[in-house]
Order: sequence, then structure tokens, then C-alpha cells
Amino acid sequence: MKVGVLLKQVPASDTIIKINPDKTGVLTADVKWEINPYDEFALEAAIQLKDAGKATGVVVITVGGADAEARVRDALARGATEAIRVDDPALAGSDALGKARALAAAAKSAGVELIFAGKQAIDTDSAAVPGMVAELLGWPQVSVVTGFSVDGGKITAERNAGGGFIEVVSTSVPAVITCDKGLNTPRFANLKGIMAAKKIAIAAKSVADLGLSAGQVGAAGALVEESGLELPPPRPSGKIIQGATPEAKVKELVRLLRDEAKVI
Amino acid sequence: MSSGILVFCETDGGKLKKTALELLSKAATLGGEVSAVVIGGSVDGAEAGRHGAATVYTVNGDAFGAYSTDAWVKALAAVIAKVSPAVVLGAASPIGKDLFPRLGARIGAGAVTEVTDLSNVGGQVVARRPVYAGKVIATAKVKSAVGLFTVRPNSFAVNPTGGGAASVVAVDAGVSAADLKTQVVEVRKSAQATVDLTEADRIVSGGRSVKSVEGYDSVIRPLAAALRATPGASRAAVDAGYAPHSHQVGQTGKVVNPTLYIAVGISGAIQHLAGMRTSKVIVSINKDPEAPIFQHSSYGIVDDLFTICPALQREFEAVIG
Repeated sequence: MKVGVLLKQVPASDTIIKINPDKTGVLTADVKWEINPYDEFALEAAIQLKDAGKATGVVVITVGGADAEARVRDALARGATEAIRVDDPALAGSDALGKARALAAAAKSAGVELIFAGKQAIDTDSAAVPGMVAELLGWPQVSVVTGFSVDGGKITAERNAGGGFIEVVSTSVPAVITCDKGLNTPRFANLKGIMAAKKIAIAAKSVADLGLSAGQVGAAGALVEESGLELPPPRPSGKIIQGATPEAKVKELVRLLRDEAKVI
Repeated sequence: MSSGILVFCETDGGKLKKTALELLSKAATLGGEVSAVVIGGSVDGAEAGRHGAATVYTVNGDAFGAYSTDAWVKALAAVIAKVSPAVVLGAASPIGKDLFPRLGARIGAGAVTEVTDLSNVGGQVVARRPVYAGKVIATAKVKSAVGLFTVRPNSFAVNPTGGGAASVVAVDAGVSAADLKTQVVEVRKSAQATVDLTEADRIVSGGRSVKSVEGYDSVIRPLAAALRATPGASRAAVDAGYAPHSHQVGQTGKVVNPTLYIAVGISGAIQHLAGMRTSKVIVSINKDPEAPIFQHSSYGIVDDLFTICPALQREFEAVIG
């Protein structure tokens, strides 16, 4: 069984984000990129299956330009065995569904039977693509997974169902699993892995290579239109509460919460 | 022709959840007829009507025990086909997050998730949502006939409009056990289960400065209890083992949107701010006057948390009772 990993590069969380002049996107020149942290749990889950002899290969699948190669190369160095980078001018302006179409088609072309993805990407926080990929492939999905095992095609996954409840879900391959923190501890690449990864070719595929038409992706196929980006309104400057004693400070805080903010 | 707003309402023991009341209240201000849908649960038409719904559609059956993606997507798609709404709203809850994207791919509808504001601009619903850890706000609208939106809890006030009881209409979505490709085989309550952080209206979070599990359990939890708040934690506190990961607020934890957020001994790293910066009122308690969290706070106390928190707990107990 080959296992796929959906991988997205995102700006590192400490990057200063600047909006471009026409407010349609962010300036990427100074951005430091990293693998989406939740995708690292997905990658680790796949590599562990390979190490355990349960996966014959780990295919990293990404949508992105040549600048995404370094992140894909990092994933190969950690233990992935193949990589597909879907890169096509027609993808510009894609919404989540357009990207999901490209990823689902790439996964199909690679012959994977199980897909791991991060539960969400930390740039757009949409948590939309994995469920769409599952739907396009007609596979079951188990989302926000913190425990996983597969045996003879039968999957057992623990997921955070909210409200303090953990659900144990049973399903079978093929399936899409979205990964939360707590599932595993992602490894770093070692020197041997980095050297081995250099020998692996990253397959760049166009939309046509994957059997999709330009109208199914990009701005032409998008059902969601982002009409602009702006900085959030600044928070009104806060008050540092003064007082002679801790008790005096606390009494003043409670008074402000009740009479000024009206939240208690 | 699609028109009106359909609100996917989650229930708890036959009552509409607060998130559902928030969405119904907001829907009533956006224009058009408001209807509600409840899947796998019973509903009080009077309560839905009071919050602006004219009709509540319900879908039930053997396949609707525990939440499953397959049953819920098929059921909601069936109700949408019957009602033909222009807009479908749901909470960005564990269920809403799982359900809406797949539903969008199923019925060819644009899905905008994790929304914090909705408005009617020239007859079209426009959504605003934080991106890049809340450093930027994006505006989005949907081009398809039906638009799907999931909204973060606590984004809108609950505002009963005083309408009469909604009529309750049962819909047969044709869902059977054979549709379910996943089975919930066990449900466990985690050891420290409380109100889900993402839906909490008040949160008290502790950082690395609580110093130990004992510090977290003896300072943060009782303070949260006195305020009837949900306890949270920073990544530093979770990584140090003071609180479980289920309590983590931030970029690799929960994104929360409470009315009141109290950050105790938290410096305010960008990864933490990403999870809580939309909170309406932020209070910080930290002995370092230079801590970045103060720049994002409505109120701050510069002092030792081990002195302030017990005093604050007593004061909350006296005021809130």
C-alpha cells in the first residue's frame, strides 16, 4: 500500500505579514517558509507506516511553485519516497475546491490508498481541503486524529470530537485522515536522509497531466472569491491597573470588568 | 432560485446550542427567510421561532446516532435540495468543520470557513475571516448558487426576535446504515473534560510561569471555576507538562473566541496570540511589565500571579457567587 501526504508550505508563524498594494495577497519576498506544522504530523504518521513495513512508499503531494521544492525536499529527507508538485499557471486564484481537485487527481495518479493531511494549514486556517479531497475520491474521512493504527486495511483512529470527548472510529482503506498535534512527534531529517533525498526526482505535473481542465481550477473554477485583505483594527490601548496592594488591584480589575467592560 | 438562509443547528439534549442561537440571531439581520435544520436530534420549535426561524427541518433515523460525516453530509445535502437556500450557516465546531467542506464538494457550493463576521452587501452575503494567525483579515464571498459558511462560536450576540413557534418539518433524507463508511466504536470522556474551549464564553489560561502541574491545578483551575470559565494553557505550559494538550490555546492548539480571556503568566508569543486575539476582552496578569501580551490586553496587572490569582478568585467568588 502506498500512502500519500498532502503538504503545504506556509509562512513561519513569526513572519511579519505585509499586504500587497492592491490588497489581493501578501508580499512573499521576505517570508520565511516552513512545512505547515500539522502536515508534519501527517508526514510522520506516513513514514512510521513505512518503517513498520505497512506502507510500500510515501508520496508527498503539494500544490505550489518551484519555491515549494525545499519543503518537499525536507519531507523526502525525513523518509518520504516520492513527490509530486502540481504547478500550473492555471492554478492561480484557486479556492480550496480547486486545490482539492489538483491534489485528489495527483493522489489518484500516484496510486495511493491512504492519505494523511494536517487538520488545517496555519496560513488560511480553513481546514477545508482534506474533506474535499476525500469527497472527490469518494473515500471516508476521519478528522482531527490523535491516535492511529492500520492492520490489514482496517483503520482504528482516535479523534478529538470536542467537548472533552475522544471518539474511537473504525473505517478501512482507502481513507483520508487529518492529523492533530499529539498524534506523534515529527522527526527531523538526518544527514543520510538528506543525501538520499537528493537522488529523488520531484515530479512537476501540470493540470492537464492530471486529466483536469483549466476551468476546474484557478480563478475560473473558484466558487469562493476573496475580495481583499486588510489589517485588523488596532485594539484600543489597554489599562495597566495600579494599586497599593494586590487586593486593591484585584478589586479595581473586577470593578472594571463589571462596570466598564460589562463582561461579568 | 435560491433564497433565504438555512442555519445548521447543533443541539444538546433537545435544546439548541448557544452557537445555533447566535447563528439564528445573525441570520435574522441578513435579510430573507430564515429556516433551521437539526440532524439527529429533537428540537423545540418555540425556541427556534423566538430566535427568528420560520421552519425547522429535522432529519432522524437509525443512521443518526453518533455524528458521522457520511450521514450528516447526505442529510444536509437533502435538506438544501428541498429548501434551496442562498446561504447555509453552521458553527465552526468540531462537527461544522468536518461537515461543511465535504458538503461543498458534494453539492458544488463554495464554502467559507472560520468566519468571524457576516454582512449583507447589496443583497450578497460577505464574510470576513482572520488569516495568517489573525495578522490579516480576509473578505470573501461565494459565487455559486448556494454559499456555505462556518462561523466561529461567540462571533455574534444571541438576540431573540420574539417570533412565533417555528413549524417543525421532518425530512426523510434516505440515509441508511449502509451509507456509513466510518463507525464510532467507543466514546471516552477525557479526564479533565469541561466546556469545549472553542465554544467557551470565558477562559482562564495559564502559561509557563505557573511552574508545575500543582501550580496549574491549584491556581488556574480554581480561578477558572470561580469565574465559571474553561481552563486553557499556553503551548509553553503544555510542552512543560503542566496541562494536557486538549487545553492548549494557540496556533497548534485551539483557536478561541470568548467574551473574556484571562492570560495568567503568559508572555504573549505570536503562536499564542494566534489562538486568542479575537477575544472581546483580554486581561493579562504577568510580573514582567515588558511582556508582549500587555500590548494586546484590555486590562493588565503587573504582579506575581501566585499573589494575584487567589485574591482574584476570592473576589470572583464574592461577586459571581
